[in-house]
Amino acid sequence: MKADPRGVLTGEHFIDGDHACCEGALAAGARFAAGYPITPSTEVVERFAARVPTVGGTFIQMEDELAASITLQGGVWAGAKAFTVTSGPGFSLMMEHIGYAAMTETPCVFVDVQRGGPSTGLPTLPAQADMMQARWGSHGDYAVIALCPNSPQECFDLTIKAFNLSEEFRVPVMFMMDEVVGHMTEKVVIPPADQIEIVPRKHTKESVEEFQPYKTNGDLVPEIAHAGEGYRFHVTGLTHDERGYPNMTPQTQDKLVRRLQNKITSAADRIAMFEEAHLKDADVVVVSYGITSRVAQRAIDTAREQGLRVGKLRLITAWPFPEKKIRQLAGRVKAFVVPELNLGQMALEVERAAAGRAKTFSLTHAGGGVHRPEDILKVIVEASR
Amino acid sequence: MSTDLNTDLLNNDLLNTDLPDDDLVNPVEPFLRTDRMPHIWCPGCGIGTTVNCFARALIESKIDLQSLALVSGIGCTGRVAGYVALDSFHTTHGRAIPFATGLKLANPKLNVVVYSGDGDLSAIGGNHLIHAARRNIDLKVICVNNLIYAMTGGQTAPTTPDHATTSTNPYGTFEPSFNLPHLVEAAGAVYVARWTTFHVRQLARAIGEAFQKKGFSFIEVISPCPTLYQRRNKLGDSLDTMKYYKAKSKVKNGAPTSEVGLTISGEIIVGKFVDRERPDYQSMMRAQYVDSLGDRFVEPMEAEVCS
Ligand SMILES: Cc1ncc(C[n+]2csc(CCOP(=O)(O)OP(=O)(O)O)c2C)c(N)n1
Ligand code: SF4
Ligand SMILES: [Mg+2]
Repeated sequence: MKADPRGVLTGEHFIDGDHACCEGALAAGARFAAGYPITPSTEVVERFAARVPTVGGTFIQMEDELAASITLQGGVWAGAKAFTVTSGPGFSLMMEHIGYAAMTETPCVFVDVQRGGPSTGLPTLPAQADMMQARWGSHGDYAVIALCPNSPQECFDLTIKAFNLSEEFRVPVMFMMDEVVGHMTEKVVIPPADQIEIVPRKHTKESVEEFQPYKTNGDLVPEIAHAGEGYRFHVTGLTHDERGYPNMTPQTQDKLVRRLQNKITSAADRIAMFEEAHLKDADVVVVSYGITSRVAQRAIDTAREQGLRVGKLRLITAWPFPEKKIRQLAGRVKAFVVPELNLGQMALEVERAAAGRAKTFSLTHAGGGVHRPEDILKVIVEASR
Repeated sequence: MSTDLNTDLLNNDLLNTDLPDDDLVNPVEPFLRTDRMPHIWCPGCGIGTTVNCFARALIESKIDLQSLALVSGIGCTGRVAGYVALDSFHTTHGRAIPFATGLKLANPKLNVVVYSGDGDLSAIGGNHLIHAARRNIDLKVICVNNLIYAMTGGQTAPTTPDHATTSTNPYGTFEPSFNLPHLVEAAGAVYVARWTTFHVRQLARAIGEAFQKKGFSFIEVISPCPTLYQRRNKLGDSLDTMKYYKAKSKVKNGAPTSEVGLTISGEIIVGKFVDRERPDYQSMMRAQYVDSLGDRFVEPMEAEVCS
């Protein structure tokens, strides 16, 4: 399916990542958003509030993030594509409803423009310290998808991708921006609507009599119906059977929770997106994502000028973690260097996937700025020895 | 057991409708997920009675069931969503109202009912309650007030009246309680009524009236939780509670809501307290957009539903 042209602002723009994210959501078909203001994310919904009444949709500013994160899900079950936008403290408040979306298989997008934490932390300055929270923040076992853009252009392109993945897998997708990417202004090219591929909702074709809201058919993703269509179905955050009815047995729990996890992990290779360079001859691979990948690029370029065999692996998909890629590389490279604006979160995943076959150098930064390329270079040199 | 009361109860009983003799199907059955029976509620619990009244109101108001969605939070009352044969959503604790707000805004053609407990709606969800009333979102809220957190074992709720004993206030509560009709009226609700589970006909009628209103409607139903509230407070069983409701309820339509606070064994003022007109959220939103955007405004429904 192609994008609805009404939402697509085709042309060349000079906008920041927050604004580009909003345009991506509109192009993806999002016509409903619920939000609560928080720096450095607010510009996304401010733009949406200005744009959406002219393309046929609704924005509501809720009383808090607890509300925003479930209001959007009401919108989804009424048939809309919907999202919310926040930053650290608000993301923390949304956790229960990320679990609800995972459990009820509500396709939706949560944008987190990361700032320094914990707590109120550094409201106006960058961090990448919500990466583990994005994966594990709600209680219980579940799986999500998380994407990390590193430019305003990617804020546009990958927001569309985030919506598409959420529809394909009926899963909440975490869109993990950071303050710098959110506020950096660059050229953003928005293609014509007929060049934007949209994944439509996986709506049921079953009759009202036959429809069971959580019955899967061949794949691991059930088909959906919306309120008001006559299906008279039930949705609950309780453990439920294929009819959507609560069922408190360990058997039903096992079947459901494993399916929620497997529908994502079994497709991990297909979901995994990364940008790579010089991996063929690499002794050392710099693994980075988001704004840090742009600083790392400078370090990689300098290192190669100095004759060091350094490769680049930029994670676009953070979750499910592309561990197969790391595993393959670990057999032939000496080390991974993982700079990130946190005290070593994704580095743990790299280390786990490398399983001792290559060394992992975690290059931490508590947030509030970005790494200096020379600091990354220093670790590359050390890792190459 | 007073025969008097039995007659009253029978007179009030929803089953006591004009049924054809040869057809003993309960008239509310088509509104229930009979494949989920038996339900989890205790004998003597008032929640089932309220559901009966709700179904009766649906029959009488001839509302289109396809356009009706019901949203519950968490609690004994929150289980209502699981038993009604409607598009029904059992959400998270306290968040039925914001979920319902999303449903309503994304598809304005839906009639959205919120059916939940006093704790769910006024404690953890209290912020959403007042803001939805302030915005005048077109929702019908049915609040089953059993004066306690029942599902979790009888803890103090914001509604627990003076000095009642609860599992978390074993020596008696001492915090002042919420007067819910007063709260929601002050916040902006356009329809506010209170009945008890003794007043089944009035309750069904009130629910029907709320369906006629556009805007935030709130119906409080005082309901027994014999298992956790009545027993712990030595208030007898469910039948004793019905006697109490009968003896101490006073119908005062239009009563100032500031005067309808509840006490543990005192008078229960019931009736329709508020019935007023205020533009609802979506009408105000549309008017504002049309005013500011003119031709550039596009009606939400034109593009919103993505199926
Ligand atoms: C976030 C969260 N906190 C606490 C609970 C536990 N909990 C479940 S129901 C409930 C109270 C329900 O009380 P009320 O809304 O009055 O419903 P009732 O059971 O009395 O009908 C609580 C505290 C929960 N499910 N979720
Ligand atoms: S615990 Fe109380 S409210 Fe819950 S089902 Fe039993 S009687 Fe009803
Ligand atoms: Mg209660």
